[in-house]
Formats: sequence, C-alpha cells, structure tokens
Amino acid sequence: MNIVNFTPYSALTGGIIIGFAVAIFFYFNGRLVGISGIASNALTEERNRLDNILFLIGLIIGPIIYTLFKQEQISISISNSYLLLMFAGLLVGIGTRISGGCTSGHGISGIGRFSVRSIVATITFMIVGIITVYLKNNL
Amino acid sequence: MNRLISLISGIIFGIGLVISQMINPEKVLGFLDLFGNWDPSLAFVMIGALIISSPMFHIIKKREKPVLANEFNYSNNKNINKQLIYGSVLFGAGWGLAGLCPGPAISSLALLNIYSILFVVSMFVGFYLVKLLNLNSIR
Repeated sequence: MNIVNFTPYSALTGGIIIGFAVAIFFYFNGRLVGISGIASNALTEERNRLDNILFLIGLIIGPIIYTLFKQEQISISISNSYLLLMFAGLLVGIGTRISGGCTSGHGISGIGRFSVRSIVATITFMIVGIITVYLKNNL
Repeated sequence: MNRLISLISGIIFGIGLVISQMINPEKVLGFLDLFGNWDPSLAFVMIGALIISSPMFHIIKKREKPVLANEFNYSNNKNINKQLIYGSVLFGAGWGLAGLCPGPAISSLALLNIYSILFVVSMFVGFYLVKLLNLNSIR
C-alpha cells in the first residue's frame, strides 16, 4: 500500500461543512439526510416531494456557487466507458434502495446516531467497493 | 420556510462535496484502492462530518420537535437483514466501478458532463425499478 494524493485538510473541512448541512436539516426540518432516499422519494413519493426536489437542486447549485466565489473551475476525471457507467448507476440505484441508504444515509446520518444497522451497511459497501477496485485494477 | 431550509441544506452539502473533493470520482476510487495507491481522504471527510453531526443529533433529539416540523421523522429500523447486506453489496460494486455515489453524482450534474448525466439517469432507473418490482421486500 502506498499513500498518495492525500488531502487531509480539505477533506476534514469539507466533511465538517457536510456535517453542518446534515445538522441544519435535522434541527429545522426534523429529517436525516440520506441522498439516495431523498432522490428516490423525489421520484416515487408524493410526501415531501417539493422539499426533496429543492434539496437536490441545492446539491447542484452548491458547486456553482462555489465556483462563482472562488473563481476556479472544478475539474473531475471519469475514465469509464458509457456502458460501464450506466451499469454502475443502475447498481447504485438498486442497491441503495434495497439497503435503505448510501454513503450519506448510512455512512453519516446512520453512524452519527450509532445505528448498528448503518455501521454494518457501511462496512459492507466499503469492503465490496475495495474488492471491486482491486479486481478492476488487477484483472 | 422548511422549503428554504431544504434548499440551503442541499447547497451547503454540495459545497462540502466540492471542498472535500468527493465530487471527483478519482478521489473516491483512490480511497477504495486500499491495496494499491491509497488516498485516505474520504475517511477524513466522514470523520469531519461525524464530529459535527453526531453530537448535534444527540443535542437536537432532546428537543420535543424540530423547529419547522411537528415531529422528527426518520427510520428507526434496527433490522440487520438480507436486504441490508444484498443492497449494500450491489451499491458497493457500483460505487467501486464508477467512483460515484448518489450525492457526488447529483452534485456533479453542475459540471454538465455526459458521464454524470448517464450515471444519474441510470441511478434513477434503478430507484424506479426497486419501487416498481418491490425489490426491497423480497426475502
């Protein structure tokens, strides 16, 4: 194992900001942030639909506001084929709905209130993610 | 008013994803590449989020109700069942293939690249399939 590209300060700062977003949503609206839940409920459920859609719009305009203030472009790199990305998207959509959460719902909101169920989910998807990346890089 | 909070929480969350660089799939794949070139940043994002959200949950939960709603509204499901494990396995596989989970995927729509759009559309197809075929109640 080599440690590369490690950015502890920006990671911790960004994480703290995410933690505040989750706390604000809970304090005012009484709901826990779980983005797979918010997104799928925006699609399939009548209840809280406008709130869910507004949260998703916020997620998209957050980066836009950031670039306006910082005057810097966000660059991301994705090196997958279209087909692989679509397959991955399908797995993420189906998997998070069957398990009831993703990195935010189980990983932050769930672990944050010491839910054993969420700890089990997070360990499981992290181990499978690590195995998947290992196989992808070594096959 | 709670609509505005939903939007603001989403914006803050999205800014956190940009600052922590989790919007970039390469950072996520770096974290999952534990046996190769490992980038521990994602763990620091989770630590940052949890040191804020976890104590806040405990303080806020003592209130009778949230500021803008009649009751706290979150799942108290404690079941560690097959759905939790199967779903997390599928999610972990998709996450490892693309380096995208629901939050960063939706936030990266701001960058208007075809990859994010394809992934998010497929993810929503996944959400819809679970609802349509009742996949989360299969045992």
